[in-house]
Amino acid sequence: MNKEELKARLEEFLPTPSFEEGGQWLTVMIDPAAWDTVARQLRSGGGLDFDFLFCVTAVDWRTHLTMVYHLTSTIHRHTLVVKIKLDPANPEVPTVSGIWRTAEFHEREAYDLMGVVFTGHPDLRRLFMTDEWKGWPLRKDYEDPVNMIKL
Amino acid sequence: MLSFENITASIHTWLYARFPNAALLLESLIVGLCVIGLFALLGLVLVLMERKVSAYMQIRLGPNRVGPGGSLQTLADTLKLAMKEGLTPDGADKFLFNLAPFMVIVVAMLILAPVAFAKGTQIWDLNIGVLYISAVSSLSVIGILMAGWASNNKYSLLGAMRSGAQIVSYELSAGLSVISIVVLTGSLRISDIIASQQDGWWLFKGHIPAIISFIIFIIAVTAETNRAPFDLAEAESELTAGFHTEYSGMRFALFFLAEYVNIFIVCAIAATLFLGGWMPLHIGSLTGFNHLMDYIPSSLWFIGKTFFLIFVIMWFRWTFPRLRIDQLLDLEWKYLLPISLFNLLLMTLIAIKGWHF
Amino acid sequence: MIQEVGTTELGELVVNLGPQHPSTHGVLHLVITLSGETIKKVEPHLGYIHRSIEKMCESLSYRQFIYVTSRMDYLSSHINNHGCALCVEKGMQIEVPRRAKVIRVLMDELTRLASHQLWWGAMAMDVGALTPFFHAFREREAINDIMEETCGARLTMNYMSPGGVTFDLHPDFQRKVKEFLAFFRTKIDEYDELVTGNIIFQGRMQGVGYLSREDAISYGCTGPTARASDVPCDIRKISPYEVYDQLQFDEVRESGGDCFARYNVRMKEMRQSLSIIDQLIDNIPEGDFQAKTKAVLKLPKGEFYSKVETARGEFGVYIISEGGTTPYRIKFRSPGFSNLSALDHMARGHKLGDLVAIMGTLDLVIPDIDR
Repeated sequence: MNKEELKARLEEFLPTPSFEEGGQWLTVMIDPAAWDTVARQLRSGGGLDFDFLFCVTAVDWRTHLTMVYHLTSTIHRHTLVVKIKLDPANPEVPTVSGIWRTAEFHEREAYDLMGVVFTGHPDLRRLFMTDEWKGWPLRKDYEDPVNMIKL
Repeated sequence: MLSFENITASIHTWLYARFPNAALLLESLIVGLCVIGLFALLGLVLVLMERKVSAYMQIRLGPNRVGPGGSLQTLADTLKLAMKEGLTPDGADKFLFNLAPFMVIVVAMLILAPVAFAKGTQIWDLNIGVLYISAVSSLSVIGILMAGWASNNKYSLLGAMRSGAQIVSYELSAGLSVISIVVLTGSLRISDIIASQQDGWWLFKGHIPAIISFIIFIIAVTAETNRAPFDLAEAESELTAGFHTEYSGMRFALFFLAEYVNIFIVCAIAATLFLGGWMPLHIGSLTGFNHLMDYIPSSLWFIGKTFFLIFVIMWFRWTFPRLRIDQLLDLEWKYLLPISLFNLLLMTLIAIKGWHF
Repeated sequence: MIQEVGTTELGELVVNLGPQHPSTHGVLHLVITLSGETIKKVEPHLGYIHRSIEKMCESLSYRQFIYVTSRMDYLSSHINNHGCALCVEKGMQIEVPRRAKVIRVLMDELTRLASHQLWWGAMAMDVGALTPFFHAFREREAINDIMEETCGARLTMNYMSPGGVTFDLHPDFQRKVKEFLAFFRTKIDEYDELVTGNIIFQGRMQGVGYLSREDAISYGCTGPTARASDVPCDIRKISPYEVYDQLQFDEVRESGGDCFARYNVRMKEMRQSLSIIDQLIDNIPEGDFQAKTKAVLKLPKGEFYSKVETARGEFGVYIISEGGTTPYRIKFRSPGFSNLSALDHMARGHKLGDLVAIMGTLDLVIPDIDR
């Protein structure tokens, strides 16, 4: 499916569809609460079949956090980008590790470096940092006088 | 000619003439010192040979700095090991820990007794030579298990258990191969076996069953000495270095030495049983050819055959990947043992009917 | 190196494997729960070589950040740099001259060959055959010498830049590559005889570490790991970049899904790389090796994603730019990260010796995973 067809298809079942313009792939913004149901619908058939989650990114925009999921289908070869806006004081989003097993590690990384909490994750703990590390290193306001050198 | 036989005979008569009462004791002492000297020499030569052979197979040069062509490398290594601290782990059983390397070395020395190095050069030509070798070589398992247990290390014990299981299993096939040659010869005495190869080596005279026996024997002794491709217990990159993990310094050197001397011994036995020991290559009734072959001294024949087999075993190590423990035991119990049994029957049939050369 | 960490209530043993290894995988720490000899659970502990590259790149310019990726997957350094350069070019709409494209593809394929060679040597060494390691490095030395003449370095070759390549090819490049191809063709047949056809080797690899097609897609595996489970995922075929759409080569796929299938995929990929280099080496077009670009690059505001096929799988570069001279956020999608997540699934129920074989066929480079 190309961009327009995909857009039409998504508008069918998304509660409040809001698309971002100007990206190389179709980008859709979703509420954190609705992510679980939407993810299941994206994964299952009906011409969507987004079975390959290839990139999970957490972005710190200072006023809010965004989770970016890059999905593609190995059957239809279309790609979708899902963005979820999160409140920096309490960034919680449902996990999708039950739907795409690759998300287990990716979500652990996002938790470790950005502090995004994935509700329902089977084993949410730090991945790269040591278990006792305080703070979320990849955030823009992260201060570490010992390890960070400011130019 | 300057043959070992003459030297040993002359020393023997001189000793009995000079010291009639203590001659036996002195002779034993001399033999003991010779054996220890042989051990040291063998260790030196074999370790260097392994390193050079492996290097040339891996497109590199091996040790070439210490001494001309690297020949003094092992000496340097032995000196280093002698000066290292010999650590005993904390909860180890001190008596068994210290005894284990000696057990392994002593067993290796005992097996040297019936082996004939050259014409007339045998420490003890007992009438059950082959049986003695089989029996005494089984004792080395005790040394290995002792080392594993006394180290107070779970992984040493695991490695020792695996090693023990492997050795005990492969002894069966090795023993059956040996018996098939004994069937042909009709005697357990080493000198008889060699004498029976006067008109040709058993490998050629015994044709098919002898070749099968030989191949099974070589595979079985590679497994017995824990060499690749059966070195799961010691060269594991997943687990520790097997039963000799906790050993350092001179005790480790003894284990290391014992491994290489064991290789020499099993190749010597293979050479004796299948390739004629010190007997030159004779072909049946070609007297001219046989006479020509006799000019090469018997000790040279023996060393040539043994080192050729050692080279083949070293070749195996650098060519094949490792077998997993279950594949290893499968190989023995499901394949080698039935084939050896069947081969033994075949050999007996051939011996009775006289269908060998 | 093996150290008991504890015992669970069922009497199972928990052991550590690593982080220091005799094999060349890097600093990977696995905590394995064993019941006797059988593996019950494998848990990777990462972060031993985490250098916070993504955070570092937020203070580097668009010309500088490319070379940090050489240090990530150091065996596919050209290909990583290529991915970053493609992303910057996508953002700035730079047109790369044809000569630069061909040079880039040649360097990529040579790097793929070198990476697969090291993988083959290390894999054989893990399984117990100690000699192929030296043969593999002899071939790698030939490739490294060729690279050294043109790029100036042997491992982290900082050669790609936005707009093309940094230097032109060395005059001897064509001749040396042709000599190398002739030499390597004979060797690869030798390797098949020596290792692939060896019955002990096959016994260690066949039936071990099965990964089904659905699981490969679900775990996000790419590259030879996924192609051995019959997943068509070669970026060079699906979304071709540079001159790949004009070349004749096959996407190698096997349906076995076990270690031996992964091994075969890489061996066949080496042959495909040889054929690609063959097609290009005589037809390097004349022209510029670099497009004209400003000294200081500024990407427009927006997001850009580019993917390339490294020796391990799909390497993705995701740049979020706010219009400045440094990126706002960069995310590197590394292939090893997702491949590693499938290790637990593949290794359950196997023996400890099989785990080493599985890790070998996954071809993990830990700096790539940890970033």
